[in-house]
Amino acid sequence: MLQATALQSATTPGGFLLVLAVMLPVVGILLSLVLGRLAERIALVLCPLGFAVAAAVFATVWQSGRPLIYVVGGWAPPLGIVLRADGLSAAMMMMTAIIICATAVFAKGEFVQAPRRAEARGSLVFWILLLAIWSALNAIVVGNDLFNLYVALELLTFAAVPLVCLKGSATTVRAALRYLLFALLGSILYLLGAVLLYGAYGTLDIALLSRRVGAEPVAAIAAALMTIGLLAKTALFPLHLWLPPAHAGAPAPGSAVLSGLVIKGSFFLIVRLWFDAMPGLLTMAAAQLLATLGAAAILFGSVLALRQQRLKLLIAYSTIAQIGYLFFLFPLGLGLGGTEASGAVWTGGWLQLFSHAFAKAAMFMAAGLIAEALGHDRIAELSGVGRAAPLPMVTFALAGLSLMGVPPSGGFVAKGLLLIAAVRAAQWWWAATILIGGLLAGGYVLIVLGKALGSADRPLVLKASPSRRRELIALTVALCAVVLGLVPLRSSELLQIGRPPSVGVAQR
Amino acid sequence: MTSTDIFALCATSLVGLGLFGIITNPQPLRKIVAFNVIGNGVFLLFGVVAHRGAAAGLGADPVPQALVITGIVVAFSATALAVALLLRLAKATHLLTLEADDGSDGDLS
Repeated sequence: MLQATALQSATTPGGFLLVLAVMLPVVGILLSLVLGRLAERIALVLCPLGFAVAAAVFATVWQSGRPLIYVVGGWAPPLGIVLRADGLSAAMMMMTAIIICATAVFAKGEFVQAPRRAEARGSLVFWILLLAIWSALNAIVVGNDLFNLYVALELLTFAAVPLVCLKGSATTVRAALRYLLFALLGSILYLLGAVLLYGAYGTLDIALLSRRVGAEPVAAIAAALMTIGLLAKTALFPLHLWLPPAHAGAPAPGSAVLSGLVIKGSFFLIVRLWFDAMPGLLTMAAAQLLATLGAAAILFGSVLALRQQRLKLLIAYSTIAQIGYLFFLFPLGLGLGGTEASGAVWTGGWLQLFSHAFAKAAMFMAAGLIAEALGHDRIAELSGVGRAAPLPMVTFALAGLSLMGVPPSGGFVAKGLLLIAAVRAAQWWWAATILIGGLLAGGYVLIVLGKALGSADRPLVLKASPSRRRELIALTVALCAVVLGLVPLRSSELLQIGRPPSVGVAQR
Repeated sequence: MTSTDIFALCATSLVGLGLFGIITNPQPLRKIVAFNVIGNGVFLLFGVVAHRGAAAGLGADPVPQALVITGIVVAFSATALAVALLLRLAKATHLLTLEADDGSDGDLS
């Protein structure tokens, strides 16, 4: 199967959709630069178009059961570049489209140009950055060339960093700068790894690399460098220092995209690197090391989340913890590779990624609405919010279900599958970590809920009552995370379409 | 030792020096400079790879040269963005550090 996929160097029907997915947001960016005042309208018009393209890619891959391929300029690798969407890419693209569109509708009205006033920079930049993130994420999921992916990754970083400091206060600029410095180190390490791979194997095409890379030291060093670089961008413990101030400092719609989507882009690349580009290079020791960092992230992130005094920071620390679960994919996927349980591991891992994206986006939106209503987000002073602003609190609670892993939610199924896989693979210590992580998540979600649902000493005066439209958008995103738990697991076959055999059922 | 080897060693030491700088220096400006030092090391490495991989009668493998141009553009924009943020920070706080002077985000890191 790998041979077949690698040798496919002709554009498949519908392959042009992949170009559209990357280029549509770019068209929006260029138009916004020219027609500055209309940026919001341009973005809102492009949302349904981009969504339709993502849905078309999803449907095509699902129906045909084969990956979509587009050979850029008709030049086949190793000279040319191929865009390729397998089942996983299609699912990622769909998730990105849903969250970006929801964020755009959520942010509608927050970043507007006042009539008859000088053009406000923040209002223009937000929409441009949102579209840029969309384009970069699509480029990452369909990219099949390590250097092309480097450029996509940089685009993602350059779009994400300014989003942090849209408010322009010294604290947020500092957070953005710290984020950027971590990201720069990450990108240059990635590039160093890429040049080593090119030097050794003469290609950067993932499919070609997967057949040429052996267990040589140069491949191991390159993979290690690239992984460290990507870990810095994914904010895995101990490279997470930049994340809480950055994600907490951005405006609510920005945080939703940063926490829900942006860090998933670099995680996706780590998986592409180890399981697609260099299958067979991943040793159990390396996989266990990654999972150990993940476990440390879960414990450390959750405990710090428990100790936060501000809602947005609590949610940001929870992101650090939830990222940790994703790294259990490496030892479990490796340990169970070639058995029938392997599919369950991957389904669990990807479900964790998707449900966290929805849950965390919804949570940041809810936190934004609460902060807007109260004028602050201090957890100690949330008493009575449950009564004054019930919908954001329901959203927060529903998203919390997924983070804790309580049914019915995508997080429950994801963590359940990972738990069972850990037991099956005789790696019970990861099962224990998943359980403890769930308890701690329950702790930090309930701290907020307990405060918010308690009655206030004096009647709560809302500074502004949140608009119903925005409340419903946040609720819908949270419901997506819940609904993911009800999707029949058989449909996870989609995620296996066009994946290399090491990820499916084949050699160990 | 051929000239390619010397260039390769230079590239490696640039990367090493830069890494040392980016990790040990607390000041953001120095970190940005160190990032550029690593970057130059990596670009030199592209040159080495291009020279070593020269095949089919070409003077050098053209692919790494194409990559290096893109890499330089990306590194340049990254540096520009970082310096812009740093200038903004300096304007707001009259400081060039990442540590908050008033401790307002001391609990953030």
